[in-house]
This record gives sequence, structure tokens and C-alpha cells, in this order.
Amino acid sequence: MNILVCISNVPDTTTKIRFAEGDTKLDATGVQWVINPWDELSLTRALELKDDSSAGITSVTVIHVGEASSEPTIRKALAIGADSAIRVDSPANDSYVVAAQIAAAASGGGFDIIMCGIESSDFNGSVVGGMVAEMMNIQSVTGVSDLKVKDGSVIMTREIEGGREVVATTAPVLAVVQKGIAKEPRIASMRGIMTARTKPINVVEAVDSEQFSSLEGFTLPPPRPECRFIDADNVSELVSLLQNEAKVI
Amino acid sequence: MSILVYTENRNGEFRKPALEALSYAYGVASMSGGSVTAVATGDIPEEKLQVLGEHGASRVLVVKDPLFGHFDPGAFTSMMAQAVEKSQSKIVVMASTISGKAIAPRLAVKLKAALVTGVNGLPLSIDPLTVNRRAYSGSAFARVKLNSEISIITTLQNSYDIESNPVAMTVEEFVPEVAGLPAAVEVLEEQRMEDGKVPLTEASVIVAGGRGMKSPDNWQPLIELAELLEGATACSRPVSDEGWRPHEEHTGQTGKIVAPDLYVAAGISGATQHLAGVSGSKYIVAINTDKTAPIFEAAQYGVVGDATKVLPKLVEAVRQVKGK
Repeated sequence: MNILVCISNVPDTTTKIRFAEGDTKLDATGVQWVINPWDELSLTRALELKDDSSAGITSVTVIHVGEASSEPTIRKALAIGADSAIRVDSPANDSYVVAAQIAAAASGGGFDIIMCGIESSDFNGSVVGGMVAEMMNIQSVTGVSDLKVKDGSVIMTREIEGGREVVATTAPVLAVVQKGIAKEPRIASMRGIMTARTKPINVVEAVDSEQFSSLEGFTLPPPRPECRFIDADNVSELVSLLQNEAKVI
Repeated sequence: MSILVYTENRNGEFRKPALEALSYAYGVASMSGGSVTAVATGDIPEEKLQVLGEHGASRVLVVKDPLFGHFDPGAFTSMMAQAVEKSQSKIVVMASTISGKAIAPRLAVKLKAALVTGVNGLPLSIDPLTVNRRAYSGSAFARVKLNSEISIITTLQNSYDIESNPVAMTVEEFVPEVAGLPAAVEVLEEQRMEDGKVPLTEASVIVAGGRGMKSPDNWQPLIELAELLEGATACSRPVSDEGWRPHEEHTGQTGKIVAPDLYVAAGISGATQHLAGVSGSKYIVAINTDKTAPIFEAAQYGVVGDATKVLPKLVEAVRQVKGK
């Protein structure tokens, strides 16, 4: 079986978010770009499966939709252990457009399991994975916190409202993964970093895509009021504030 | 104009996310001069459907086919697309739950609809349809314009109040075509949450512990406080990484994104990634030994002190006012 892991390039999670150009674009000055945290975890799980010979995984490929400036993030994925990478040369400004690029590049590629993170930490859409599955007319499972391969079946643990389920389906399948899929992201070894330099990044041209929504601009949430401190020996005052002022208990 | 809303249920019980989405759909219908059609799956007795009419659904389509007895994203997408056609809806609303996140993007592709997820308030305008959505993990809102004949909106959980909007309601059975679906999803095993426990994303009150709780053995007062306030327990990432608490309890950017009325952060310093997951809370109470910890910048009420010593006192004080 072959696994395709979708990788998004996002600002480091500690970035202080500011906007530019009339609040229509992220101010990228000084921003460090990283692999989206959930994508890093799904890559880790894909590599764990490849290491386990009983799972029968032959290759792990990463795919990224973005411009040449995001190649350091792709190299990092290769250094962590992906065998090869695909970069679709297109700006990643719209979920539908990104999904259309991934679906086009993945179709006919012989991928049995496609993994996407549940959201990107910048746009928080939770959209691309499901769209790719529908475009490719394959099944999808969302909220996956464990994924195993057994006798050709893909066995996943998924979260449902108020519980968990273990489900099985046949490949090809798209898994939208969340926290729990891997314990901690795998870190690139020195050898991995060296070999990543010679691994192939297959750059493919973007396909034409429709776009059904447009971003008008950003706003920042109002600043929070100053914290009111209550003495640790007088917590009944806190309870009274929560009851009578905030009215939340 | 008809607004279609997917109202998820569990054994015929419509829970908070479904009623929030329905209230939101009614709000959109009021703005656009339309009415609300709700879709529900399962052999639900009519009296249990009444709650939908009480919250604004004037028509309910009930799908009784046992194929929809468990959640199969491919099948549910096909069913919803047929419901849109049947009701001639132009706007579809669902909650940003796991199932909403599974259906909405597939449905958008199938219908060539514009999709916006994680919406936290009624549309800014109906024509053109423009909404605000959560972006940058709660650090910002993005204003999005939807440019298609059909639009799909998913609503952020706990961000829209459930409203009472009683209307006259008709119920009809809806039998969707089920041909041409992708490979089925088979459920092998089910683990239900204990009765009476509230899912984290639905909880109005959350009591969360961080490394400042010092040891998993110190969790009892935190659990007691959550129980007294009929809330849920949560934790910071280091706590779930250490295995002190299960990873489902992790609130923060890569864990659960929550927006309760009250979030009590006990022994949590408030790293950017933690705040990203909880900044939608209406009130944050922080308990921490370090007065300069960033959690106090996000909190409205703060107590400087050792969480393991403050929590038992807080439990006592809450017990007194609640008379429990």
C-alpha cells in the first residue's frame, strides 16, 4: 500500500498574528513557517506504519500545494522520513482550489490511504480533506485518532459526538486525522536531513479550478479586559463574582 | 427561501450542537424571509421530533433507512444533497461537530456550493452572503463572501445561543436514493461516554488543570469542582503528553477548541497554543503561582496561588452557595 500525506505550510504556532494591506493579508514579516501540527502527526503515523512490516506499506509521499517559497517545509517532511514529495505550483488561498489541486495530482497515483490533518492552524477550515475525498469519489473518515492496516482493511478509531468508534473500510480511503494519531511528531535525524537533499520533489503545474468564496478581510478580536485579582484566602469573593457579576455559575 | 439544517441526534435525542445549528438557521431564515427545513436520521418517535418545531423548524424530513443508523460520510453526503434538492434550499446549516466537518466539505463539492466553516455569528449580509469565521486559531476573524447559488455554513460550537422559536411543524418521511456510494464504513466497536458526562465541546463550564497541578494524584478537587458546576474536566498539553490525563481532555490549538461560558485554568501558564484553543471562552478564571504568567492576560478573574491548595477552598465555597 502507498500513503499520501497532505502537508500545509503554516506560521509557527507561537506567531503573534498581525495583518497587512488593509487587513486583507497576514503580515509575514519575521514569521517562521512550519509543517501544520496535525500534518506532522499524520506523517509520523504514516512512517510508523511503514516501519511496521506487517502493515505492508511500500511508500510514503507528501503533497503540498504552494509556491516555491514553501520548499523548506517540504524538505523538512522529507528529512523526517517521507520517500518523495509532490508540490503543486499554486498559491494556497482557497480550500476548494487547494483540494482540486490535490485531487488532480493524487488521481491515478496509486495511493491507497490519503491522510489530511483535521485543520490548518492558520485558516482552521477543516475542509480540504473532505473535499478531496468527494472529488476523487472515495470514502472518508473524519476525526481519526488511530489508524492501522490489517489484512488489506484500514481500521480507524474516530471520535463521534459523545464517544469513540472503531471503524473499518477498504482502500482507497481518506483519513482526516486529529490529536492522538501519533504520540509526538517524529524529529528529523542528521542522516535524514542529509538524505532529504537528494530526495525528489516533483513540481506539478496547477490545474484550473473554480472558486466559490472570497476573503474580504480580517479583524482582530477586541482586547480582553484587565484581570481582576482575588486573594487566595478569599475565594468566596470569586464565587460571588462568578455568580452575580459574570452570571456563569 | 428554504434553509436546510442537519440536526444530528443520538438515539432520538437532539443535543446542544443540533439545537444551536437549528437556532442559527432560524436566525438566517428570519433575515432572509424564509423558513427552516430540518433533516434527522433514525426511526425517531414523533414526540421526540417536537423539539425541532419548538426551535424553529417548520418542516422535518426524517430518514428512517437503517443504512443511516451509523455515520457513513459518503452516504450522509449523498442523502443531504438529495434533501437540498427536495427542499429547494439555497442555504445549508450544520454544526462544526466531527460529523458536520465530515459532511460539509463533501457536500460543497457535490453541489458546487460555497462553504464557510467555523462561523460565529449571524451573516453580516444576506445578499451577497457574507459571514465572519474564526481564523488563526482564534487570534482573528476572517470576513468571507460566498459566491455560489447554494451556500453551506457550519457554526462554531457554543457560539450561538439556543433560542425558543416555536412554529407549526410538519413531519414527512424522506427516502433518499442510495446507489453509487463509495465503500461502506463498518463500525466494529463503540465506546460511549458515561451517562451524565458532558462532551468537552458542548460543556458550559470547563475546569482544566496544567502542570501546576504537580501530579495526577491531585486531580480530585478539580473533578469535584467540575461536577459541582455540571461541567467537564480538561487539561493542558503537557498533562496529556505525560499521560496524567487522556488526550481527549487536551484543550488548546492542537487539542479541543472550546468556547464555554466559564473556563477555569488551574496551574496552567497559558502558552500561546493553549490560549488559541480556549480564547473563545466568555469568562476565564486563572489560578497560578506566577503573577506574570500569560494566562492572567487572557483571564477576567485571577487568583495567585498554588492550584492544588486553592481548588479545595473553591470547591468548599461553591458547595456553600450551591447548598450541595
